[in-house]
Amino acid sequence: MSATATMVERPPPRARGWPRRRIAGYALVGLWILFGIGIVSYLFFAWNPDFFAKYAPAYLSGLGVTLALVSISMVLGAILSVPVAYGRMSSNRILSGLAYCYVYFFRGTPLLVQTYLVYYGLGSFRVELQSVGLWDFFKDAFNCGVFAFALNTAAYQAEILRGAIESVPRGQWEGAASLGLHKLQTLRKIILPQALIVALRPYGNELILMVKASAIVAIITVYDLMGNAKLAFANSFDIQAYIWVALVYLVMVEILRHGVEWIERRITVHLKR
Amino acid sequence: MPAQSIWTLLSWGPEGWLDDIAYGALITIALALATLPIGLTIGFFIALAKQSEEPSLRLAANIYTTVFRGLPELVTLFLFFFGMPILLQHLVRYFRPDVTIDVNSFVAGMIVLALIFSSYASEVFLSAFRAIPKGQYEGGYAIGLSNWLTMRKVIVPQLLRIAFPGLENCWLSLLKDTSLVSVVGLAETLRNASIAARVTKHAFLFFGVASLVFLGLAVLSSFATNAILRSLGRREAQQ
Repeated sequence: MSATATMVERPPPRARGWPRRRIAGYALVGLWILFGIGIVSYLFFAWNPDFFAKYAPAYLSGLGVTLALVSISMVLGAILSVPVAYGRMSSNRILSGLAYCYVYFFRGTPLLVQTYLVYYGLGSFRVELQSVGLWDFFKDAFNCGVFAFALNTAAYQAEILRGAIESVPRGQWEGAASLGLHKLQTLRKIILPQALIVALRPYGNELILMVKASAIVAIITVYDLMGNAKLAFANSFDIQAYIWVALVYLVMVEILRHGVEWIERRITVHLKR
Repeated sequence: MPAQSIWTLLSWGPEGWLDDIAYGALITIALALATLPIGLTIGFFIALAKQSEEPSLRLAANIYTTVFRGLPELVTLFLFFFGMPILLQHLVRYFRPDVTIDVNSFVAGMIVLALIFSSYASEVFLSAFRAIPKGQYEGGYAIGLSNWLTMRKVIVPQLLRIAFPGLENCWLSLLKDTSLVSVVGLAETLRNASIAARVTKHAFLFFGVASLVFLGLAVLSSFATNAILRSLGRREAQQ
């Protein structure tokens, strides 16, 4: 026992005194603290009960809109990503080519352009859309946002799904086939449980990216969290409108990030020794 | 409005809008290229701070990435674009009360994109740092190189090669994020396209063209990065 105990590598002792990097570190942390104090004291001194009474309910409803937008488009994107991922992995040239083009387009162009393309661009086909009865759907900015976001996130999620499924070794497929499971059973009972562990972190990142990107819909006149902040700033010219919204987004993203890490720790317990 | 054919709308010159969009594309490229060195430099130092033994440096760097990766790009942009003039005005007013300050949208966009790019690039650099074995540093010290020289001659050349694919991703998202600066009035691709769309009422056409421009830039940069990767690989083969 004692032999192994001496083998353990100890961390080097902490440097004493004031080496240059410690001075720099303390200075930078001090800068952050000053910055934080500055923001807090600004919010404290600029505290305006009228502003709060007027816009706090709007922010809350905006938060609801943001969460609804993100969750609806994430779920729709997840559904849509399955056929796209299937196309990407298919050996059929045409199918995989189509899926590749879809993914390349939605990952290669900015989400803002895609949103504009749906919200403003589909207005060019108003007559045609009216004739098939879809115009009422695309008239609403929120629906357009959901449509564009779902298409966008489907491309990203398809790549995540594909990567996760391909990360499972081929032997797993072969083993299942030798046991007489058919393809769908293999996928559901053997491949997906292993693939989803790999996919959890990318999915979490995609969710965080969507929450952040959802601020974009404020530009196409959806009153989400950012849209209400824009409105509040336009009415009051008070920068605290954006500071509050930044804090809300930051808290939201941090909760999601730590939540995903917690889930990952929970579901990989059996892999740790 | 006289019915104009698509080809007149997309022609070069006063009748068409292609020259405006091409000019916008140049601004997009300029913004992305101007941001790149700043973002890379900041990102590199943030990664250095993150793997330092000094806890306070690590803390400062972690706060930086948490903040700028946690905030939506648009919120950061608006905070800077509207907040910075107010802050600067307060500072300047002590000296000269009559000055008003406006922030150029190109500069504001550059700062914000550099902050975002650097916080993502720092993660890439950090994982590249971790992939370099400790023996490389020790070897550098053993032949008498200073800290700085070891970094420059031994670590950074390997680091760049390892970090390159990750940095390519960061570059692509930087290219896409430049479109956000159109919201604060920079005349880049998307803004010029939306002006054209508003004037001609051919929204789908012009936003389609804008998306093709961004797609073309992505293809172009994948060609460029492939060429760089090949030359990096060749240099590795020569050693």
